[in-house]
Amino acid sequence: MATTYDIAMKQTEAQQEGRAAVIVVENLRKTFGIHKVLDGINLSVDRGETLAVLGRSGTGKSVLLRLIIGLETPDSGSICIRGQNIAGLALDRMGEIRKKMGFLFQHAALYDSLTVAGNVAFPLEHHRKDMSTSERGDLIRQLLVEVGMGGSMEKMPSDISGGMQKRVGLARALALEPEILLLDEPTAGLDPISSGEIDDLILKLQHERQMASIVVTHDLHSAKTIANRLALLDKGNVVIEGTFEDLQESDIEFVREFLKQS
Amino acid sequence: MSDHGVIAVEGINPSIPKRRAEAMPSAANSGVKLMNRFFEWFGSLGIFCWKVLRAAVTPPYEWRELIRQLDEVGSKSFPLIALAGAAIGVVISMEARYSLTRFGAKSMFPATLVYSVIQVMGPIMTGLIVSGRVGAGMGAELASMKVSEQIDAIEASAINPYRLLAATRILACILMLPLLTLAADATGLLTGWFAQTLVEPLSFHQFVENGFHGATFSAFLPQTFKTAVYGLIIGTIACFQGMRTRGGAEGVGRAATNSVVIASLFVILADVVLVKFILVVFP
Repeated sequence: MATTYDIAMKQTEAQQEGRAAVIVVENLRKTFGIHKVLDGINLSVDRGETLAVLGRSGTGKSVLLRLIIGLETPDSGSICIRGQNIAGLALDRMGEIRKKMGFLFQHAALYDSLTVAGNVAFPLEHHRKDMSTSERGDLIRQLLVEVGMGGSMEKMPSDISGGMQKRVGLARALALEPEILLLDEPTAGLDPISSGEIDDLILKLQHERQMASIVVTHDLHSAKTIANRLALLDKGNVVIEGTFEDLQESDIEFVREFLKQS
Repeated sequence: MSDHGVIAVEGINPSIPKRRAEAMPSAANSGVKLMNRFFEWFGSLGIFCWKVLRAAVTPPYEWRELIRQLDEVGSKSFPLIALAGAAIGVVISMEARYSLTRFGAKSMFPATLVYSVIQVMGPIMTGLIVSGRVGAGMGAELASMKVSEQIDAIEASAINPYRLLAATRILACILMLPLLTLAADATGLLTGWFAQTLVEPLSFHQFVENGFHGATFSAFLPQTFKTAVYGLIIGTIACFQGMRTRGGAEGVGRAATNSVVIASLFVILADVVLVKFILVVFP
């Protein structure tokens, strides 16, 4: 397990290199029963950077995101958000960290009893009580227009398509102006045109908001489009981490096979 | 004769006793597994209750959700409870009149009806009906939210789901059960009196005066307010079963069924304990 000293050293190194590491994951391990899902993962993401995490199904990509946002607890290792280790943090203290994070779930996970606007309003109503109703309404409208859902504010989640649900999920994730954006399979199950639109939207948001993002995806084309760096996972470990060109030039058998099949 | 219709002769067919010997540890294992699951369930329930209690007593408080749940549990259960109370009133009226007439104690009818409805039938009937209607609804709703990751989404939005979803629902059940019991009692007494009046005219004033003659608040209040404990049981079990659901549609169905079955069972057990407790504390 990484010590506080190690974490501080990493942060200092990042600062000396002119980077601002927002997420630093070190030696992260997670086991479900006898199934070892993550076996000592090391990753870091800087401000304004997008890291795409690739890998076969069941390699723990989504578990990695759930660990970062605290929905799962790691067996060992550290997850530092702006220098604070969140592994095993109490629910209330974790809440403060989570306000800086936006999470897009694989199936959007919209609240089915609320309208599209109600879904985006939900985090604002709980955390931005200083906002007036009209200010909140304006922000909700602005967020939904930004993701191309301005005309569907009063629709229920069941009345819109999967791609639209992901857009609304993205607007909800952005509501509290997060510094960190975690996207779980943002283009999974979408047609190529909708996938392209979601990719463009993520790129635009990244450009405008300069968040530190981790995108878990199977879609190599999407990863290549939206990410600065890619990390390929296999058997609970990062096999390779680098640019798309680094992956292409790699002579690791698994990397070559993965790129060939994708 | 063996299980497979083969005659087992000692020494000639040794495989059959061997198979039985192998089956014994397997039966013991399943017994141990069952015990483990039993204790694991209670352990998880304890942890769940602790999380809900901590969330409930610390701000921010979810007043709006609480009001929504009060409406969901109270107003929407009212017609069913009132109707069931009315039916019970008529049944007790008919049964009591027949029995009391046989024993020459017809004058005791109002008191019998009042005590039967308020002390016995009203509370337990309300508890069981609410555990069916509200327990199943809450269990299924939360289970559906759990399997579609909506509860995770609430947590990811830095909102404590134990505070927003569980504490509000449990509190709504605690507050609403005594009020629903009063409603069941009222309709039961009204229809009981009405059924009696159809056979043998009895003024409502006389019915009330005879029925409540010599009655004290301590005879009725504990019986009515004990249903707050039923509310605690129903809300806790339904939220616990719903929020620990795994699997898809099958898991949702299982959570709804388990919520009703376990809550109803615990309500009946609590009734036994509470009746004894009330008799001791309010003799």
